[in-house]
Amino acid sequence: MTKRIILGAVAILLVIAAAYAAFFIAPEERTMGLIQRIFYFHAATAWAGEMTFFVCFLANLLYVWKRDPRYDWLGVSSAEVGLACITVVLITGPIWAHPVWGIWWTWDARLTSTFVLWLLYVSYLLLRTLVDEPDRRALLSALFGIFAFIDVPLVFFSIRWWRTQHPQPVIMGGSGSGLDPTMSKVFFFSVLAMHMLAAFLIVERYVLEKMKAEVDFLAREVEAQ
Amino acid sequence: MKNLDSVFAAYIVGWGVFFVFYLTIAKRTSNLRTELERLKNSLPRTK
Repeated sequence: MTKRIILGAVAILLVIAAAYAAFFIAPEERTMGLIQRIFYFHAATAWAGEMTFFVCFLANLLYVWKRDPRYDWLGVSSAEVGLACITVVLITGPIWAHPVWGIWWTWDARLTSTFVLWLLYVSYLLLRTLVDEPDRRALLSALFGIFAFIDVPLVFFSIRWWRTQHPQPVIMGGSGSGLDPTMSKVFFFSVLAMHMLAAFLIVERYVLEKMKAEVDFLAREVEAQ
Repeated sequence: MKNLDSVFAAYIVGWGVFFVFYLTIAKRTSNLRTELERLKNSLPRTK
């Protein structure tokens, strides 16, 4: 419990510090101006979301291999946290896009594949509500989760493979790309903060899933008495 | 200070989503803790 409180406190402090850095330390971008400061929150949250989906993917693979319910708990926990991250990305993206592009949304490769990613993980969570038997639910959702993860590299590489309305990559984008050194430091600090927040939320959600399993077990015990 | 309202909106709504998500986890955990206590208490009585 104490470790969880410390993790939560560290995550919140880092997120506040990252917001301060985004507003007061990062220099203003020349063409977009103030609105570009959304980048530090939007892109860092996207990276954290993709990382949590990777954790979900690993947990799903491990569940299929070992059939240990703890991997199922980790899978659903990280899927929910990843979904929260991608929801934030899908909200902050249009808020940034509207003043810059003049439109809220366009069906380009990056935006569409991100929306599909959101739909896939909503389906993952819905699927779990449709199956009552715990082992069958865990296996089916693990298999679906492995399939859903295919979209994550597609989202990541979409701006590298196709010309999109979404800007080309500024991190790991090859020659001609890159960020001002201060912007880069603020961005990677924001990435760290959002990863800590995601880790904290996964831990909290995992505790909930573990407790749910205990309740199910005890309910069966009571029923059997 | 052009677009300051949009920048604030993005940060506030974004943090709001995480905050509401955390609240749902806390609420579900609290409900389960109550249920767990109820089940633990009912076990010895049925024995």
